[in-house]
Amino acid sequence: MDQARRDRGTSDEILRTPLHALHIELGGKMVAFAGHELPVRYPAGIIAEHRHARSEAALFDVSHMGQIALGTASAGEELERLVPADLTELRPGEMRYTMFTDEAAGILDDLIVVRLEEGWMLVVNAACKKADLAHLTRALGPGCPARALESRALIALQGPSAEAVLARHAPDCSGLVFMRAAPMKVAGIDALVSRSGYTGEDGFEISLAASEAEALARRLLDEPEVAPAGLGARDSLRLEAGLCLHGHDIDLSTTPIEAGLAWTIGKRRRREGGFPGWPVIRRQLEEGAARRRVGVRPLGAAPAREGTEVQDLEGVPIGRITSGGFGPTLAAPVAMGYVASAQARPGTPVRLIIRGKAREAEVVRLPFVPHRYRKPESERRKGMP
Amino acid sequence: MNALKYTKDHEWVRIEGDVATIGISDYAQDQLGDVVHVELPEGGKAVARGDEAAVIESVKAASEIYAPLSGEVIEVNGALADDPSIVNSSPLDEGWFLKLRLSDPGELDGLLDEAAYEDFIAGLE
Repeated sequence: MDQARRDRGTSDEILRTPLHALHIELGGKMVAFAGHELPVRYPAGIIAEHRHARSEAALFDVSHMGQIALGTASAGEELERLVPADLTELRPGEMRYTMFTDEAAGILDDLIVVRLEEGWMLVVNAACKKADLAHLTRALGPGCPARALESRALIALQGPSAEAVLARHAPDCSGLVFMRAAPMKVAGIDALVSRSGYTGEDGFEISLAASEAEALARRLLDEPEVAPAGLGARDSLRLEAGLCLHGHDIDLSTTPIEAGLAWTIGKRRRREGGFPGWPVIRRQLEEGAARRRVGVRPLGAAPAREGTEVQDLEGVPIGRITSGGFGPTLAAPVAMGYVASAQARPGTPVRLIIRGKAREAEVVRLPFVPHRYRKPESERRKGMP
Repeated sequence: MNALKYTKDHEWVRIEGDVATIGISDYAQDQLGDVVHVELPEGGKAVARGDEAAVIESVKAASEIYAPLSGEVIEVNGALADDPSIVNSSPLDEGWFLKLRLSDPGELDGLLDEAAYEDFIAGLE
């Protein structure tokens, strides 16, 4: 059971987050994930935890994610050499979802970039943390040192009650809209609070000193609307929300255009390029990509897991599922994957080969469950994703 | 009612005459978490011990259920199609999977009694 202790001293040491003891106390079923020991679920179970995030508020420990500081205000221009987002237009407190691309327009990692008064902060995937740091250091040179914030925790509070709950401890959080961040005290603790998350719900991510994380998590869990949720619910929530999981839905073999992430490429960047893989991306923007990431809804009850082959009605392979499981909000199986662009239109009937049998399914528009982000009025009208 | 026997694959078996009712243990349902789909064999299908007899899907993953005994499938639990969560709420009773008419009663000797199964799962913790 105690995998972490057993693995101590080996080169593949499994790390514990600052909330480890709290997870155990709450009855979390611990698993190894991206080098960290984290709860896949608590006694309530994945479905109940998932539904709680959709109906009230769920607390997630995402401390395994890499938090990286870039110390200078001018780092944005240098960072633009590595990502397709327009970063120089960001004002302090604004943030973007973007990705590190390689020369073939493959996706090294997806990440959040936050512009702060005095510099920049990146939040990257746990499994890519080391490689991302090396990539940054190599590309940006000694003048712009990237520094891993090893002693910080990250707590996500997600759901329609998140604002009401957090405002009791940090009244200023109500002033943030989606994808905005600000330093503020939360229950008297210094934190960087952003209105963001990866569940499709309104919510916040709270970056704070590791030493204060358990105290804050307990304060939030004491609120009647809040229940803890594990990695299992985090995965089913982001899948229903149509959000990509790196290493599954996006990786070195997929481009941002194939993945349906063209919206993350800034207007100026589309004119100027200047990031790895730009020639490939420009060509795909102009001519379209040969395949597209789509939602796939199995019509029967059997979930289609990652790796499942997608065929057209003649039995010709047209793609593969990259994430699939059960969607508790829909009470039905949900999946996403890549199919040939000709078959990517919503409503296209397809077949899934599950355990050797062809099962009926349909290409659908993502997300499966509408996003409920708190966007400013101007962006809501534009219908941004 | 006859006492349950178990396998190291976390299935239980209840023998009545030459018919074995088969399901998964409370430990197994707890390990799997929320069950969202169960795929059962066709009635009349002949299975040999160790064959894949059914598939159980939790939110996270699919798991095979292997036939603990050889025989012919004479009945499957149709209620699981409408509400697979019965496997979680009543694993040893209403959450049964299938009934087999046994072709080799000698295979029963290989099953664990409840005490031996409890010892077995205690060793897995």
